Amino acid sequence: MPGPKEGPPSSERPARREGPGGGGRKQYFRRRKVCKFCSEKIDIIDYKDVRMVSEFVAERGKILPRRLTGTCSTHQRALSEAIKRARNIALLPFAAGG
Amino acid sequence: MRNYEMIFIVRPDVADDEVQKLITQMEGVVASAGGKVEKVEKMGRRRLAYRVHKQREGFYVLFYVQGTGDTVKEFERRLKVTDTVIKHLTVCTDEILQRAEKFKALRAKQEAKRRRSKPAPPPAAPPAPAESAQV
Repeated sequence: MPGPKEGPPSSERPARREGPGGGGRKQYFRRRKVCKFCSEKIDIIDYKDVRMVSEFVAERGKILPRRLTGTCSTHQRALSEAIKRARNIALLPFAAGG
Repeated sequence: MRNYEMIFIVRPDVADDEVQKLITQMEGVVASAGGKVEKVEKMGRRRLAYRVHKQREGFYVLFYVQGTGDTVKEFERRLKVTDTVIKHLTVCTDEILQRAEKFKALRAKQEAKRRRSKPAPPPAAPPAPAESAQV
């Protein structure tokens, strides 16, 4: 899978209730996810750049959520637009495999 | 006048010189509809992500055009009529470019602010390196 770097949900939200099982509260270090477009200073998310955009698409062609990729909300909005355009012109699949 | 990006896919079984002919024809269409072609880019033959008109491949052609709504209308009408074109998409790039400009300006401003607040810090440890995930 191309996109997600970390699996389980974030532990940095205090509002979150303790998960089922309780007991030993596991603390694991987690690299702070940063928005790729902010950190690399990419202003235009180009739908024609398949290699970049497809990083944010799951195996089956779904758009990956922010919670997995760490994209900031501004860029996620632009990204989803770009992915939808790329789908329209057959650069990305609407639904892959299966 | 606005900036547009028009992309279309030609069937893969069309010969290269015919693609070229189509491109010059479309350039003529833009000119006659009061537009201006900025750049034409042949993105080449690519695999399509899904089947379009029973084709698995296609020849992508990209037009950068400056024009009005009528230009786009005429351009798209011609593409629809042309049998060798299997798919097309027009994107107005004005807002995208504007937003990019804004981001750039914002970044420049932040950069300037940072430089002003601490004039050339020596190669010491930066203050507050990035908070850890722990809260």
